[in-house]
Amino acid sequence: SRYIFCVSGDFVKVHSTATEECVHILQGHRNLVTGIQLNPHNHLQLYSCSFDGTIKLWDYVDGILIKTFVIGHKLHALFTLTCAEDSVFVIINKEKQDVFQLASVRLPKSSSQEIEAKELSFVLDYINQSPKCIAFGNEGEYVAAVRDFYLSVYFFKKKTTSRFTLSSSRNKKHAKNNFTCVACHPKEDCIATGHKDGKIRLWRNFDDDKKYTYTCLHWHHDMVMDLAFSVTEGTSLLSGGRESVLVEWRDATEKNKEFLPRLGATIEHISVSPAGDLFCTSHSDNKIIIIHRNLEASAVIQGLVKDSNIFTGLMVDPRTKALVLNGKPGHLQFYSLQHDKQLYNLDIIQQEYINDYGLIQIELTKAAFGCYGNWLATVEQRQEKETELELQMKLWMYNKKTQGFVLNTKVNMPHEDHITALCFCNAEKFENPILVTASKDGHFKVWILTDDSDIYKKAVGWTCDFVGSYHKYQATNCCFSEDGSLLAVSFEEIVTIWDSETWELKRTFCQRAGKIRHLCFGRLTCSKYLLGTTENGILCCWNLLSCALEWSAKLNVRVMEPDPNSENIAAISQSSVGSDLFVFKPSEPRPLYIQKNISREEVQWGVFVPRDVPESFTSEAYQWLNRSQFYFLTKSQSLLTFSTKSPEEKLTPTSKQLLAEESLPTTPFYFILGKHREQQDEKINEALECELVQLPLTENIPAISELLHTPAHVLPSASLLCSKFVSSLLLSKETKSDEEIPEDVDMEEGKESDDSDEENDFTEKIPDTNNTDLGEDLLHQLSKSEEKELRKFRKVDYSWITAL
Amino acid sequence: MTLFPLPPSGMGEFKVHRVRFFNYVPSGIRCVAYNNQSNRLAVSRTDGTVEIYNLSANYFQEKFFPGHESRATEALCWAKGQRLFSAGLNGEIIEYDLQALNIKYAIDAFGGPIWSMAVSPCGSQLLVGCEDGSVKLFQITPDKIQFERNFDRQKSRILSLSWHPSGTHIAAGSIDYISVFDVKSGSAVHKMLVDRQYMGVSKRKCIIWGVAFLSDGTVISVDSAGKVQFWDSATGTLVKNHLIANADVQSIAVSDQEDSFVVGTAEGTVFHFQLVSVTSNSSEKQWVRTKPFQHHTHDVRAVAHSPTALISGGTDTHLVIRPLMEKVEVKNYDAALRKITFPHRRLISCSKKRHLLLFQFAHHLELWRLGSTVATGKNGDTLPLSKDADHLLHLKTKGPENIICSCISPCGSWIAYSTTSRFFLYRLNYENDNLSLQRVSKMPAFLRSALQILFSEDSTKLFVASNQGSLHIIRLLEGSFKHLHTFQPQSGTVESMCLLAVSPDGNWLAASGTSAGVHVYNIKHLKLHCTVPAYNFPVTALAIAPNTNNLVIAHSDQQVFEYSIPDKQYTEWSRTIQKQGFHYLWLQRDTPITHISFHPKRPMHILLHDAYMFCIIDKSLPLPNDKTLLYNPLPPTNESDVIRRRTAHAFKMSKIYKPLLFMDLLDERTLVAVERPLDDIIAQLPPPIKKKKFGT
Repeated sequence: SRYIFCVSGDFVKVHSTATEECVHILQGHRNLVTGIQLNPHNHLQLYSCSFDGTIKLWDYVDGILIKTFVIGHKLHALFTLTCAEDSVFVIINKEKQDVFQLASVRLPKSSSQEIEAKELSFVLDYINQSPKCIAFGNEGEYVAAVRDFYLSVYFFKKKTTSRFTLSSSRNKKHAKNNFTCVACHPKEDCIATGHKDGKIRLWRNFDDDKKYTYTCLHWHHDMVMDLAFSVTEGTSLLSGGRESVLVEWRDATEKNKEFLPRLGATIEHISVSPAGDLFCTSHSDNKIIIIHRNLEASAVIQGLVKDSNIFTGLMVDPRTKALVLNGKPGHLQFYSLQHDKQLYNLDIIQQEYINDYGLIQIELTKAAFGCYGNWLATVEQRQEKETELELQMKLWMYNKKTQGFVLNTKVNMPHEDHITALCFCNAEKFENPILVTASKDGHFKVWILTDDSDIYKKAVGWTCDFVGSYHKYQATNCCFSEDGSLLAVSFEEIVTIWDSETWELKRTFCQRAGKIRHLCFGRLTCSKYLLGTTENGILCCWNLLSCALEWSAKLNVRVMEPDPNSENIAAISQSSVGSDLFVFKPSEPRPLYIQKNISREEVQWGVFVPRDVPESFTSEAYQWLNRSQFYFLTKSQSLLTFSTKSPEEKLTPTSKQLLAEESLPTTPFYFILGKHREQQDEKINEALECELVQLPLTENIPAISELLHTPAHVLPSASLLCSKFVSSLLLSKETKSDEEIPEDVDMEEGKESDDSDEENDFTEKIPDTNNTDLGEDLLHQLSKSEEKELRKFRKVDYSWITAL
Repeated sequence: MTLFPLPPSGMGEFKVHRVRFFNYVPSGIRCVAYNNQSNRLAVSRTDGTVEIYNLSANYFQEKFFPGHESRATEALCWAKGQRLFSAGLNGEIIEYDLQALNIKYAIDAFGGPIWSMAVSPCGSQLLVGCEDGSVKLFQITPDKIQFERNFDRQKSRILSLSWHPSGTHIAAGSIDYISVFDVKSGSAVHKMLVDRQYMGVSKRKCIIWGVAFLSDGTVISVDSAGKVQFWDSATGTLVKNHLIANADVQSIAVSDQEDSFVVGTAEGTVFHFQLVSVTSNSSEKQWVRTKPFQHHTHDVRAVAHSPTALISGGTDTHLVIRPLMEKVEVKNYDAALRKITFPHRRLISCSKKRHLLLFQFAHHLELWRLGSTVATGKNGDTLPLSKDADHLLHLKTKGPENIICSCISPCGSWIAYSTTSRFFLYRLNYENDNLSLQRVSKMPAFLRSALQILFSEDSTKLFVASNQGSLHIIRLLEGSFKHLHTFQPQSGTVESMCLLAVSPDGNWLAASGTSAGVHVYNIKHLKLHCTVPAYNFPVTALAIAPNTNNLVIAHSDQQVFEYSIPDKQYTEWSRTIQKQGFHYLWLQRDTPITHISFHPKRPMHILLHDAYMFCIIDKSLPLPNDKTLLYNPLPPTNESDVIRRRTAHAFKMSKIYKPLLFMDLLDERTLVAVERPLDDIIAQLPPPIKKKKFGT
């Protein structure tokens, strides 16, 4: 049990179970990897199957591809059996889109690298394509498959299939009887099935159509996501689901169960190491937990947590330079962009999270860092009814000893209504930090740090210092100027400027162009400018010295982010086609840089992350990236960034930042780095089906493959290629939409394989999410998503250049 | 209580007294014993009543033995096929006479209260476990039982007993331990101590509520800590432990094949265990808990395992018969779950003239006068009462015995009831609003105990079916009586008559026993007129129609016959319906018909009811076939006459009133319906064990 395998996009990652570190990345598949299994005859080898129709055999210790078997069908799952000498089992769909078969494939013995394996024999028809719905039992004597409301068991020796059906949605009581997963007892004739209503049924005597019987185990209140028997004796059964609790049923009795609670997120897959000493669970929040036999979590491999709602936006922790955003419910996650690793989670709400539909949870809505990361302010709210708003503001102080944030002040109901904005004054000249909150109740409040010492201890705390309002308008935004001397607060359509020393209203600006959506001061040389965007799609720039409107532009800005290290301001506008990026300096209305169509989806948040070492791009187009990198988050929770070619060389091989290179000379060298996060999708199967519908189409476009397979130096000129690309896009556009293609493999499961011996390894795939790419090696193929992105860029860039 | 017109289609309109003040609560079930030979089930209740259900005859309760206050039954078992024994806390072993429906004899075991009893597999020996820790062996002789010897005395009471199928060993469950005895020597071979721990907490005691000895030497025990444990009797070691409940597991029953058993818990759950093979190609088998059944709300005190069904009963008074689907050959209505709550006999009689209802309870009678109204209303309206129902009389029995039967005369001036040893007759005098009660003393010696009592329509004659099989006719005079005649039972039979019916003109008396046919007597000539041919299923209700003197007989398989007494043959209508057959839904009803009556003005109508429906059979209309809708829920006004005529059939049923314990016609336009909602019964039961329910 030294290694754990997980599938991430087109790769298989090999992690060490002891250190959590990624040891190898097995790359070579050209499409999503859908299944991995240890070679039952050689425990140092690993089989993997992929949508690209190949099964590859790896030496995972050295990270070498040994063999490739070309099957020619899309493979949805892979199973290996000890007793099956030279064949493996795969799930394919041959005829119709949604009809899946389990087939056994003979893998011919040959010394060549690439072998055709076309000998397919069908075992079961009309099955669910999820590998969770297939299980082999009793050393390969039978295979159990579940789908909808029935369980089919195929006996290899007798060549018969028994089918057991549960009463379906006829009456309400059995409405959620659907099977969700299946597992077979390693020693006994016993099949465990998980159901949508949270029940686990243990089937016995299933070789007799009449005398079959089952036992119910019911603890889960929601769908059972995965089941696994302990390997050696099968005495305990593990189950998990949305409750985020791993349940161990001992001796398959209802009363004898153990729990490992608070795992943080829905358990998607459960896997048991071949030696039986480790369990592992993968979670919907992009996490793998390695658990000891005695139900103690021993290691956590955590990626960027996906959350359905990012309220806090993207922030950068000034200390760690980590990206900070909503993580687990009620938590702030600190995510290191350099290492693709979660640094830590800060529990803000500090309450047990109860996972249930229809429960109105406390939500972490706002957060802000102040004073170089010394202070963190968070706002949480819960609104059950229109009139019952629960609001809490917490202020956290950074503790140098513990290297973490400690709760300092808790303010109940800081405002009467929702807090719309929160900002610290970061200017150096103020000794005491100042926090301003703006709220829908028409006030903005200034909070200052005061001495809260008593005879017992020295302490500091926050108190309200000033309450400001303007004509009972709702305060929508607030921000401090760079030197901290001015505070701008927007009240619906009006921007007010306050002196931060005396809290006097200095000036108001009103453009009567709709409510102010964003507000920010210019920086450095442009600090005399104040920028605002309105709901009606106007971007305004006021000169604070002349108190006049300097310029305005018609732009429906969704995101406006100032670069902390330069004068630049990035604005992302939303149009019907997609989102466009504009980078400009407030001093001049002409943008420095325009990038059209950065994403077809709505961009929700963006942030500049300062670089550790400034770059020196001379090209005018991306000088703005010299000091900071711009990251943005789309609605489907893809985190994207702009990057240039040069950083690529700095990346260590273990880094997950993989760059896409556009090989054509006429287009700017921008790369997308994708760190995609799939929207939480309860109906995994549906999503997968939709994925299956969509993906074949992209594969069949000859233009793309032609382009991508041809070395760059023999390619024809870009203009020729471009038209081809455009036409290929036109064809495919009718049938697919970007959003519908989950760009990463999120729905594969770990299937522990292998029985053999001392060097026990086990495998698990998680929904880890890397959008992948390749450097210069054009033999590798771009993943579907990149292809699309690149095509998009190509098209856009080209037109932009010609426009110049 | 309330009066309102009855809406069902085509029945004509009735005012219905919907009575819900019959405060009847059945007693909880204490023991059940299944007899495989005759497919009968004996059920004993906490008040000492023992009931016999015939599972082949549509689960009809065909016999019952009235309870006795001091006779709390703790154990019940069948021996040699037809003999039924019970033992209880009064320390007596009782054998019941299933023909004469009385107690054959009672023998004191001299060991204090008896907690358990078991018949040896060959049926010749009876074991009882007593309070003082003794296990006593009795020899069963053809007409009695004979004490044989004591086994080694144990420290505490023996709560459960089980024979090894070979008859060589027994297992006895006591408090905290199980003993295995050798029958020959009577000495304890093993003593298996049971863990007192309960969910980590040490309880004071662990009571072994039940044991079962299997032929392979395994002893299964159920105990108060919620465990089902498997012991190896050869070594005296624990083999397997199933913790199945947070409360006591109170009962266990093993199937004859020893491939499945059932246990009942105090939480009301019944668990089924099955012996399944570990893998398909090995002979190794293991016991696996399979399905839980939650049909009870309270303690399941007793379970039984018939070859095709699991039977359970408990404090919540229901008897539940749950067929095992895998043992059922054809999935038909017989394979459905049965829940029996109410006795299959009448507990209510009614005086039509004075609008009085007599309710029979275990130890008292209640007499109520129905309320009245002057209001009128539309079909379906609830009418307000101008005068509330009156509780006129509360008549408590003397002595510890339960009432067997009771009756009020149609004129309302006589009440008769009987216990096992005494017969009581009262005369009621009404003076304005005052009621005076006068007991008729000096009952003749032969009138000791009655199984059924009936007054003639004109209240001048009293018919009493005694448990010796004889029928007595008594003429009632003002304040006194005169014995007219006794019909002696047919020579050679001792079967008791349980059902009586008299013709309204007073000429004919029909009487039926539990199995043989219905006898019809001519009262004028005081002789047996004829015997209706015997039918396979027991009679559940009898009545003689006015004018035509047709005898209507309902059987437990839901068949209804009409027999013309003057012609001594089945009527034409009865032959027609037998030829065509009843509607399948009619035959699938759960509960037997308990009462039949007639409309005085409509000779073609027969009114009958069971616990869940009330039906008027209109003999003039065509019979329904299996394609027609038997239950017609549509009110008649919504349909045109043509459709109504086309869809009309002889069975007009109403399911508004349920559970319906009694329904009769007071006059041409008034019905009285006595309901006993199940919720009211549950409300009067002790609170069940509180269980945490998820999401509450």
